[in-house]
Amino acid sequence: MVESVFQYPEWAALAPAGALAITALVLFLIDMIDPDESNPGRLVGTALVGTLVSLGYAAWFFAEGVGVPESEGGRGVVELFANQLVVDRMSLFFALIFTSVTALVIVASYDYLKSHEDQAEFYSLVLLAATGMTLMASANSLSVAFISLELLSLPSYVLVAYLKTNRGSVEAGLKYLLIGALSSGILVYGISLVYAVTGSLQLAAVAEALAAGTGDQSGIAGLGVLMILGGFAFKTASVPFHFWAPEAYEGAPAPISGFLSSASKAAGFALAFRVFTTAFPLSEVAAMGIDWVLAAQILAVATMTLGNFAAATQENVKRMLAYSSVGHAGYALIGLAALSAGGQNGLVIGASMLHLLVYGFMNTGAFLFVALIEHWDVGRTFEDYNGLATRAPVACVAMTVFMFSLAGLPIGGGFTTKYLLIVGALSNGFWWLGAVLAVNSALSLYYYSRVVKAMWIEDPADDLELPGQPTGLYAAVVVAAVITVVMLPGVALFSETATEAAALLF
Amino acid sequence: MMIELLIAVCLLGSLTAALAPNEWAGKAAFLASLLPVAGSVWMYSTFEPVGNALTTDGDLAFETTAKWLTAGPYAINWHVGLDGISLPLIVLTTLLTALAIVSAWTPIDERQSQFYALVLFLEAGLIGVFSALDFFVWFVFWEAVLIPMYLLIGVWGGPRRKYAAIKMFVYTNVASLVMFIGFVALVFGLDVSTFDLQTITTALSNDAFVNDYLLLEVVSVDTLKLAAFAAMFFGFAVKVPVVPLHTWLPDAHVEAPTPVSVLLAGVLLKMGTYALLRFNFTMLPEVVTGNATVAFVIVLIAVVSVIYGAMLALAQSDLKRIVAYSSVSSMGYVILGLVAFTTFGIGGATFQMVSHGLISGLMFMTVGVIYNETHTRMVGDISGIVDKMPITVGVFVAGAFGYMGLPLMSGFAAEFIVFQGSFASDVSLLVGSMQLFTALAMFGIVIVAGYLLWAMQRTLFGEYELATDYEVGRAPIQDVLSIGTLLLLVIALGVAPDVFFEMIRDATAPLVGGGA
Repeated sequence: MVESVFQYPEWAALAPAGALAITALVLFLIDMIDPDESNPGRLVGTALVGTLVSLGYAAWFFAEGVGVPESEGGRGVVELFANQLVVDRMSLFFALIFTSVTALVIVASYDYLKSHEDQAEFYSLVLLAATGMTLMASANSLSVAFISLELLSLPSYVLVAYLKTNRGSVEAGLKYLLIGALSSGILVYGISLVYAVTGSLQLAAVAEALAAGTGDQSGIAGLGVLMILGGFAFKTASVPFHFWAPEAYEGAPAPISGFLSSASKAAGFALAFRVFTTAFPLSEVAAMGIDWVLAAQILAVATMTLGNFAAATQENVKRMLAYSSVGHAGYALIGLAALSAGGQNGLVIGASMLHLLVYGFMNTGAFLFVALIEHWDVGRTFEDYNGLATRAPVACVAMTVFMFSLAGLPIGGGFTTKYLLIVGALSNGFWWLGAVLAVNSALSLYYYSRVVKAMWIEDPADDLELPGQPTGLYAAVVVAAVITVVMLPGVALFSETATEAAALLF
Repeated sequence: MMIELLIAVCLLGSLTAALAPNEWAGKAAFLASLLPVAGSVWMYSTFEPVGNALTTDGDLAFETTAKWLTAGPYAINWHVGLDGISLPLIVLTTLLTALAIVSAWTPIDERQSQFYALVLFLEAGLIGVFSALDFFVWFVFWEAVLIPMYLLIGVWGGPRRKYAAIKMFVYTNVASLVMFIGFVALVFGLDVSTFDLQTITTALSNDAFVNDYLLLEVVSVDTLKLAAFAAMFFGFAVKVPVVPLHTWLPDAHVEAPTPVSVLLAGVLLKMGTYALLRFNFTMLPEVVTGNATVAFVIVLIAVVSVIYGAMLALAQSDLKRIVAYSSVSSMGYVILGLVAFTTFGIGGATFQMVSHGLISGLMFMTVGVIYNETHTRMVGDISGIVDKMPITVGVFVAGAFGYMGLPLMSGFAAEFIVFQGSFASDVSLLVGSMQLFTALAMFGIVIVAGYLLWAMQRTLFGEYELATDYEVGRAPIQDVLSIGTLLLLVIALGVAPDVFFEMIRDATAPLVGGGA
């Protein structure tokens, strides 16, 4: 057993993804046996157990030291299928984000989907998408990256259009599908260009081929890198590939909006971090004149600024959240934009990972609050939220926490991780990135506080009635709020591991 | 552990108030707020002076340090502790919060449990601001204070409360970010791997800058220090506020309910001056003392705040606006004392923070009591209410004389010490001298006397008249007791300034190179 770094069969390291995939299939099976879906609780229970098992595996492997080099007493990185897939610190860290968000979304969907058909399909599509995310975080070759990205994308298109009698939902699904198909095309074309130059798809091999020199083909490689970046920008809803996001997030069922804007975005970043740091190492591509850090910087600044300004002009809360999600993609992009050869890169990517972790809870929570409002059928604009705190104080406290934490006030983990992002950007010398983040963060307070103002300060409409107290939605919102608050100091539990996990990429 | 305990008690009290029914929330919150008062008084009684918190080598009072988080090469620690500057401010905070809660019993008549929960949450934040010794910890509390303040003004304020709340929020938040960028840009140039304020102060005084800092390739060390100083000064000056950054304050004060005004004027403004002292004047004093232009600009801001603030107060006819603008004037003296950079200047400035906290709290409370009874604050609408509420009016007059600097009241002691310090200052200015500007600032007192006497004569004395239809009765006993308590403290500090000034001097003397 000594020579084996991982004491189980090596493929067992994929247990987090496996648990999700198996649960998705079990849900299909249940649906075949009981097509009438007489018992939605059974579906939710199955999906939740599967997700929690996956979460448990990821947490267990993480605690066991999978991915930590053996020289430091860990169990080493698990490389599978000729190094097409890896299970390391970063992939496990992201698996924790994906599965927590998925669990929250599943719990919340129990109430949201009441009286809807095809619930089994809904949950199994969510789990398949989550499987795709987990694999994205482990993908170690461009082909696996593309396949797992599609495994995430295809269920997402269906989920956005899930409310098939609702015009907005169907329109959103169609837009998402069209832009998604286009950007998948761009991504796969970029991959093919890189393959043409390097003759390899495996990330480390790509890096080796680039290091060996590409002669006069470096222009083609550069175009390929740029197109791959574009493909990731789509998945993370970064400018200029963000046009689908407001439509899709607004039209989709609110739990799915939360799912896509938190977990799916994080998956895009997981893949981007690995592909760019492993396949296109800074020191080597810089010599070829390919400066993807500069491209990421432009994307980051544009995404932050545009997302925030667009969010400020919205009248619809869900759409505001959608644009704010674009803005947060810009913050997380600092993880790529503030890298510099030989700098504190672990800290930079680590801060971005931590931001995505906290964002997973605060943003999902915010969308689930919107789901709660949709469940009550109160309305969609800021004005419709007037005086909600007088009727539902607990949920409104939770929403206040999400809003202020998203804005970067110290009531939740969003403050700590934005701080770390600024620290990361500054420690690599990109003080202007930190400044742009800080200014955007201040601006964002304007529109986030509008929600708080509506809920707490404005007077309610006379006939404001909230029918029922949906347990599942409430539970999910409150849990997300508690975790968001705990993350303010609690980021400490993850900060060291995240920066170390990221540092291992280099 | 005492500071953690105080913060925890406030947060628990906040939770209790939030869960209590509206009828009981005020009483419960008051009881909860008495614990921090007792705690801070106990800390005061056992306090041993150890010099300045940022420059001393010894153990601070009630100091705790604990590892919080590490990210890459940087460590963030939970680090709190008290010195002679912060302890008086914490006593002030706990005391004013308890009294503000009492003064809220009458005017706050809806959503009480939420109101008191937010007030106690605010108190926790304020205690944190005055005790934190790590930049990150400090910044957490500094920003956290904004949230309850925004809601307190926005929900329970007057007719234009939404505008006033968002104006306060945006002004102070933008200011915080400018300060943040300035400070962090400076710290990253230093050879430190923590955000501990003591470490940063030491590194700055040793000029321990790293060689390969990107910004230092573009600008010189002195320019970086100047830029950081300017950014921080701007950020804190908004909070103080000084002219011309003061416009959010009158709006916030007029719209805020009385208890919130008390805390805003009494404690929140001190966050700005406290931070100026802790950051600008402790870490980067040479920017002021070694640069005649900077010193001149700051002195000018101070004197303009004193004179212009007082003149603005003179032009108001709303009693609350008068008191609000006179805060701008009083804060000008604090800035004057700080820039003088002598033991008495800085010590007097700190003493003025405490003194002004008590006096402005007193004034806002009495205006609030008068408003509760008459439902107007306009000078033209009321006159001669001395017959109806003699005790309240008596306290109001006494408080006003405190503002004017009547001897044996704390305002006199504070301003006297500030003037003494700024006259003795040898900070060189681009134009004029400290002595000249001190003399100019003294004229502020004359204007203060002018408008206060005018307002009192119109409203309190003369024939009884009231433009509103309310029956004016006597003030509730709890309000009389709390304004009485404040008045006693104002007089006590005026008679025996050493109650606080001794420990203040111990903490400020090391800054100007003097011994404790």
